[in-house]
Amino acid sequence: MCGFLAGLETFSQLVGRDENGMYYINNTEIVDFPRFPHRGLLLDTSRHYLPLRAILETLDVMAYNKFNVFHWHIVDDPSFPYESLTFPELSKQGAFHAMTHIYTASDVQTVIEYARLRGIRVVAEFDTPGHTLSWGPGAPGLLTPCYLGKDPSGTYGPINPILNSTYQFVTSLFQEVSAVFPDFFLHLGGDEVDFTCWKSNPNIRAFMKEMGFGEDYKKLESFYIQRLLDIISSLGKGYIVWQEVFDNAVKVRPDTIIHVWKENPTPYTEEMANVTKAGYRALLSAPWYLNRISYGQDWMAAYQVEPLKFEGSSEQKARVIGGEACMWGEYVDVTNLAPRLWPRAGAVAERLWSNATVRDLQDAYTRLADFRCKLLGRGVQAQPLFVGYCENEFGGF
Amino acid sequence: MVLFLTKTLRTSTGLSSRYLPWVFGFFFFPGLETFSQLVHEDDYGSFLVNETEINDFPRFAHRGILLDTSRHYLPLKSILTNLDAMAFNKFNVLHWHIVDDQSFPYQSVYFPELSDKGAYSCNHIYTPTDVRLVIEYARLRGIRVIPEFDTPGHTQSWGKGQKDLLTPCYSGERPTGSFGPVNPILNTTYDFMTKFFKEISSVFPDAYIHLGGDEVNFDCWKSNPEVKEFMKKQGFGTDYAKLESYYIQKILDIVFSYNKEYMVWQEVFDNKVQLKPDTVVQVWMENNYAHELSSVTGAGFTAILAAPWYLDYISYGQDWKKYYSVEPLNFPGTEKQKKLLIGGEACLWGEFVDATNLTPRLWPRASAVGERLWSSRNVTNLQDAYKRLTSHRCRMLRLLVNYC
Repeated sequence: MCGFLAGLETFSQLVGRDENGMYYINNTEIVDFPRFPHRGLLLDTSRHYLPLRAILETLDVMAYNKFNVFHWHIVDDPSFPYESLTFPELSKQGAFHAMTHIYTASDVQTVIEYARLRGIRVVAEFDTPGHTLSWGPGAPGLLTPCYLGKDPSGTYGPINPILNSTYQFVTSLFQEVSAVFPDFFLHLGGDEVDFTCWKSNPNIRAFMKEMGFGEDYKKLESFYIQRLLDIISSLGKGYIVWQEVFDNAVKVRPDTIIHVWKENPTPYTEEMANVTKAGYRALLSAPWYLNRISYGQDWMAAYQVEPLKFEGSSEQKARVIGGEACMWGEYVDVTNLAPRLWPRAGAVAERLWSNATVRDLQDAYTRLADFRCKLLGRGVQAQPLFVGYCENEFGGF
Repeated sequence: MVLFLTKTLRTSTGLSSRYLPWVFGFFFFPGLETFSQLVHEDDYGSFLVNETEINDFPRFAHRGILLDTSRHYLPLKSILTNLDAMAFNKFNVLHWHIVDDQSFPYQSVYFPELSDKGAYSCNHIYTPTDVRLVIEYARLRGIRVIPEFDTPGHTQSWGKGQKDLLTPCYSGERPTGSFGPVNPILNTTYDFMTKFFKEISSVFPDAYIHLGGDEVNFDCWKSNPEVKEFMKKQGFGTDYAKLESYYIQKILDIVFSYNKEYMVWQEVFDNKVQLKPDTVVQVWMENNYAHELSSVTGAGFTAILAAPWYLDYISYGQDWKKYYSVEPLNFPGTEKQKKLLIGGEACLWGEFVDATNLTPRLWPRASAVGERLWSSRNVTNLQDAYKRLTSHRCRMLRLLVNYC
């Protein structure tokens, strides 16, 4: 079905217009298929809320670009817009605004269905144990209270890994999430866990001693993640995790997908080699953080990335199932999402779809510039690649 | 509810006498603007203004935004929305960099071929009506429109509709088929410029026209045998800056004869062109711009600062902070010199900008520049600015962005 949709998309982009305004299409034989099966785009709806129409429009344009996975980084530190049936307080207390900056169950279903009709899977990410500050207000006792000496400081850290209540909560929440999101995979996050708060908490320190973890808080992180992964498995889901989970030697199932995002201290090419060598499948995002804007034609750098350029056997390379362009939301909301995403993400889309030999920058520029004009014609506020104009802008052809 | 509006007018000295009436006329609007931004909403949705005494006046008289409509055509709507945003941020000058190498969208009455052949397409032009609309829309918001017709460089698009205007480049004995800057040795060039600037002077009512004069590449002139011959005759030796001066001088004289003042990019000053005392020099090169400000004002010329405020140079993160932290008067100079710095401009060059991304790229980053040019020197606290800028941004959203 998705192949059919992609085919229709290719077909639609072959339509041209002659000098008399007639639409035509040349007699063409189409042989087209994707290089990588996982071609994703990440949107972050926590740093800034994105209204439904922005997400739906993004799904449309993803389809034009033959992206097939929408990685929905739905909650994080700043806000919790996901309206949970099981825990309604999470969004009531954690969203930027409990009425206007939330995704209701109906909204979520709309996104999932809209995506499905375009051949796009929705992989939801509920990132834990770090990146969870917004969970705290609606789930008292979930986050670790930080300490200043002997007394709680009033601030909170990552999810508290030592309490049974934590795992009860996580089980219930993910029971709901697993039912709401039909995709086999859930993204569980697991990145950037700051240990400072855990270290400050005397109960945690006592637990560390009890468990014989010494001073290695990575072991505590592992302890949490392990139990989380078991919960998710028991719910019949597979999981994708950020690379720290692998780097910190957490025991994960063999069918875990590791999401490579860091460019240092280990170069991502090396990380890809390590992950695939250990037998895991890998997703590449490190060189494709489109939120990191810079002056000039930065799409070129994204385009020139070669996902399989690392030291490894052909079995290893076969474990690279694709990648994702990421649009983190610190500086992005609906006022600038579309121009910032498009057509730059198109460079990533081609890299993930087309043959490894399709690399000529000049040719890519011509095609991408033309594609950008087509996007304009479809009402998408895709920004220019460089100086010039589109025939069809401002009422022209 | 009684509101007291006390306005203290202060203008910097060193301005041409033509400058002042425009400045005076535009003081009412910023006052209204300040007033409108005092309005807030209570919990019941009523709009309120607290009884307030307003004591507000700009620090610098020239607070501009540069828009580039040559690298990408900007539809009228985009320009007008931007004028609204400018007014909201108390900018009072639109520096309209209307034509350049890539396209010539300005529809000239005397020389219709310029846009016929030089615009991207017939849908990518500004008719006389369009231009009048921009000028009037700006005027009603207290904004001056200073057009820039940049010569002798940055003129590739002019050559399409005006034969023999540009210098033919040579490879040895033969013309290569490509063209360089405006040809400074032909009388026809000055006949054209005389007529062209006559039109410009009557179309744009502001006392000032920006004549450009930046980044003149001498290679093409150097390759052309007739130009070389001319250099010899004039005794310029191999100093092409002298030829550039020769050209600019004549253009300045033409423009001055139409009773206009002029602004130029810093190269015109750097290359020792003879300038009238009321010339405004725009400092844009980032390397050691404080030194340049010293030189320009030290030579007695009025200056405006753009160098640290090229907003088209985007980067990741909160770059508004570095724009905010610029102190324009941080250059070695006397009190008298400092008075010659009359303001600055935030520039949004158009290589990577068009209507799809102009508004989010310009605002609210330009607001940081707006405050630096309006507010007192000691208003520098970044934390406080952040708070005010974020709520200002939300106000701007309500005003500008009409997405449904």
